[in-house]
Amino acid sequence: MPAEAPPAPAAPLLVVRDLCVRVPSRGRMIPLVDRVSFTLGEQDILGLVGESGSGKSVTAMALMGLIDSPGVQITGSALFRGQELVGLPQKQLRRLRGREIAMIFQDPMTAFTPVYTIGWQIDEQIRAHERLSRKQARNRTVDLLAAMGVPDPAQTANRYPHQLSGGLRQRAMIAMALSCNPALLIADEPTTALDVTVQAQILELIRSLRSTYGSSVLLITHDMGVVAETCDTTLVLYSGRVAETGPTDALFAHPGHPYTAALLASIPPLEGPRPERLPAIAGAPPAPLERPEGCAFAPRCSYVHAPCLHAPPPPLVPTGRYASAPRRAEADTQAVPLPAPDNTPRPGNLSHGSPAVQARSEPASLRAAQFAACVLPAEGTPLPPRLKDTAPGPGTPDAIGHAPPPRPPSPSSTIGEPHL
Amino acid sequence: MTRPSAPVPKTATEPQSSASASASASASASASASATPLLEVRDIRKTYHLPRGQTLKAVDGVSLSVMPGEVLGLVGESGSGKSTLGRCLLRLTDVSSGQIVFEGQDITHLGERAMRPLRQRMQMVFQDSYASLNPRRRIGDLLAEPLRVHPGPDGRKRSHAAITARLHELMELVSLPLSALERYAHEFSGGQRQRINIARALALSPRLIVADEPVSALDVSVQAQIVNLFTDLQTRLGLTYVFVAHDLAVVRQISTRVAVMYLGVVVELGETDAVLHHPAHPYTAALTAAVPRPEVGAPRAAPLGGDIPSPIARPAGCRFHTRCPAAQERCKVEDPALRPVSQGHFVACHFPLTDD
Amino acid sequence: MMMALLRRLGQTAFVLFGISVLVFLVFFATPGADPTARIAGRNASPQTLEKVRAEYGLDRPLPVQYATMMKKLFITQDLASYADRGELVVPEIARAAPVTVSLVCGAAVIWVALSIAMGTIAAAMKGTWVDRGLMILGLIGISMPVFWLGQVANLITQSRYHDTWLFSWVPGLGYVPLTENPWGWFKALVIPWCVLAVMFIGIYSRVLRADLVALSGEDFMRTARAKGLSPSRILLRHGLRTSLITFVSLFGLDFAQLVGGGALLTEVVFGLPGVGRLTYQALTNLDLPLIMATVMYSAVFVVLANAVVDILYLFLDPRVRDAR
Repeated sequence: MPAEAPPAPAAPLLVVRDLCVRVPSRGRMIPLVDRVSFTLGEQDILGLVGESGSGKSVTAMALMGLIDSPGVQITGSALFRGQELVGLPQKQLRRLRGREIAMIFQDPMTAFTPVYTIGWQIDEQIRAHERLSRKQARNRTVDLLAAMGVPDPAQTANRYPHQLSGGLRQRAMIAMALSCNPALLIADEPTTALDVTVQAQILELIRSLRSTYGSSVLLITHDMGVVAETCDTTLVLYSGRVAETGPTDALFAHPGHPYTAALLASIPPLEGPRPERLPAIAGAPPAPLERPEGCAFAPRCSYVHAPCLHAPPPPLVPTGRYASAPRRAEADTQAVPLPAPDNTPRPGNLSHGSPAVQARSEPASLRAAQFAACVLPAEGTPLPPRLKDTAPGPGTPDAIGHAPPPRPPSPSSTIGEPHL
Repeated sequence: MTRPSAPVPKTATEPQSSASASASASASASASASATPLLEVRDIRKTYHLPRGQTLKAVDGVSLSVMPGEVLGLVGESGSGKSTLGRCLLRLTDVSSGQIVFEGQDITHLGERAMRPLRQRMQMVFQDSYASLNPRRRIGDLLAEPLRVHPGPDGRKRSHAAITARLHELMELVSLPLSALERYAHEFSGGQRQRINIARALALSPRLIVADEPVSALDVSVQAQIVNLFTDLQTRLGLTYVFVAHDLAVVRQISTRVAVMYLGVVVELGETDAVLHHPAHPYTAALTAAVPRPEVGAPRAAPLGGDIPSPIARPAGCRFHTRCPAAQERCKVEDPALRPVSQGHFVACHFPLTDD
Repeated sequence: MMMALLRRLGQTAFVLFGISVLVFLVFFATPGADPTARIAGRNASPQTLEKVRAEYGLDRPLPVQYATMMKKLFITQDLASYADRGELVVPEIARAAPVTVSLVCGAAVIWVALSIAMGTIAAAMKGTWVDRGLMILGLIGISMPVFWLGQVANLITQSRYHDTWLFSWVPGLGYVPLTENPWGWFKALVIPWCVLAVMFIGIYSRVLRADLVALSGEDFMRTARAKGLSPSRILLRHGLRTSLITFVSLFGLDFAQLVGGGALLTEVVFGLPGVGRLTYQALTNLDLPLIMATVMYSAVFVVLANAVVDILYLFLDPRVRDAR
């Protein structure tokens, strides 16, 4: 089905470029998702993190072609195995949905139709895409449920959604998503409605899918902990835009965007010394209608200074451990942010998760790199590494000395929320 | 009633080293030394009767004491009974049996009329910041209502000026601009609404606040602000909190002591860091291990198997034995009582974990 | 499941008992009104009054009066109307009931079929002119009074255009029993059916459309779309199937109140001797035994229909099944 043959054997599964989702509001088109780009390789797990309103779910829904509110405008490109998803007719999308791209939702209670047994609902998906008898479909359903660790799968298939616990429902939901062996699994907050001990089970299951089913996963979550435990690559969204992207380990060790750094810092630690107060971020994320002109995070950022405040918003530039000596990238997000020439090669399968792959001309063996939509790296004053034991990358200056003096985070005294 | 009633664990609150500066500055520090609990519950139970003669024992024999100026964290997963317990503490839900003592007074069976003056001193903050605010009334009206209804500290009705002054004070406490008083609930973000809810709880200068999952509906970046606000208010006003939450990290951040609940009982209780870093109950250990850390390559324990059993059909013996990696024959028959493992650290387990 | 059914039936019996007591009290124990005079009818002779008093035990305590009344209604079935010269009330209702049931059942078939079709099509084509057109049509249906619509239908089919080929088949006003002449039964009722159904088609199609549109925002509808199902399957198997739960409860109540006498206007306009018309006559004559009997009959239907709806729920909604 792919219109063009993938150029290399290890071609990325999904290449999203400048995806925009705009909705009409008060006579204007408001971007809920604003030029989001990412690449998902085969058997990769990519984490899409952000707070409510960051556009992470909208991105997923746009990829699935599930947005149909009147007047919505979706632009950009999303190549799935070389096939363009944006603008694909519903009829063709329907053939992809459930078979090639499957989705897991947040609340498995409401995500199943309450009046049918879960076995019926899984059978239905199988039979929608494959010519199988009821019996064959049910056999596969039972096998899948068993593979997802559902006890007594044949019995469980005959039960209604409300009769199962949250964990079992989510396993059934994953079984349904995998029923037609999709190449891409989109998991939208799959563990948010679950208890921690059950969440740990489900995350383990999702991690194991890669080896057992060869699945690639787009994991959408608000929980940095879930990302750290699960994803190879991380994409941090803020107010509909990409704030930062990179290999998860690099990004967590050395966040390049003040938002990522502040978000990580604001999570209360479970180990180590207990801070008297949490380094909270003042204010709240802006509503899409009230998004500032320049960097969307500027009003809450402790590093904000003049260049942050003017349109256009800062483009993605290389950052982190592997960033080169400070250089100014083209002031245009559409431009390909080229990885620095002195990048050290990175091991194995993290290689597709960065915008660097978008450069079709680049060899497929491009190293993973980290990019942040922030002016600081370009100004030569990137953020200090988050973890003490991480050696600073080549050319990383002592950030504290060079960065503008950070505002002391004093959230309870700051009310810079745009709603007021 | 079959279980022998657990001893009431009492510990004088020693201010945490990290929080000692704030604690000693607060008025509560002197009170905490006196070792009379502000709130004490003895073997309380809350049983719901369901159709078909089933019973749901939401709270099944809990004994606790809350010392003045301390923050007691109640953690547990869904079905653990932590929220029901929180409501029982304030008599928002009547208990089926047991005793609740507030400021030395047995309030278990007090009528609504007798409770009213006490209600000023015990308040609740809920999770859903929107549902607990009437959307059709200005925030100022909402906050003024309890001030109009209840008499002032001098026992007389508060004057208009006194109420206005108090409203301004409240806005300052929760760091909202005075203009917020003129607005309606829907005009605020989730974090701001939670500030308003806190202001409302503070209006009558309570001593005790029970907060039921007050930050779990908020975004991470906003959650930290509200956690800080709770900490600041405790320091400034010498408040005592019972902080109900499922998020261990949040509970650790704010609590002096922690009670871990599982299927209606407290399985472990003690100083926060003792419980979370040196858990004696296998459930606490599994719970802390299951929390995803925002660190790549953090050591990961094998997740606990199975689901939390339904509180309607809870297992016999130790409630946790169906999922416990260390369960033995004894655990299937005998329900362990809460007993001390070290100074101020209690656990309900036949085979408590020890540091090795 | 069986237990749930039995329990529901037990509740139904209890509610019926309660209603019968209530109805009895309203008619017989209202202070300041002598039931004897009311039963006997207007301008009754002292002899008649005496006879009534003895027959109904009106000089005896209330529970005895109640028991006598119920015995007369259900066991001996010899409750007689004094206003109507000793006509037995129960057989009178038994004669009227089939007429009403025929009228309401036929109308129900029409309104259920058409409203499901209209509601579903409108929901599927939400926002288009088809949707708007159907909903305006529904609104028109709701706003036309049934007696007016009936009179217009009569005017057209009985007099104005009766002689044209289109309406020459229409029989005169009145009822033909199904057992006597099925085709005649159908011909006599088809126009009343349509007239009675019009308003309900309007209401039900609008309710169903609103319900389906609301459901389309539900998580499980999104899941169904994410599964790659066809839009028609999503709408019918997931949407409509779930909407039926609301639909059935609405239908149960309307159906019951119509069978219980609510189709009065249609019956009067089309000269159908149904329960509604009987009740109307009883009220105009102040015929207390007949009123008592028709009210009881109506209550029985509403309560039974409620029970049937609840039992249908058990089949339609597995969540309800488990909650009992």
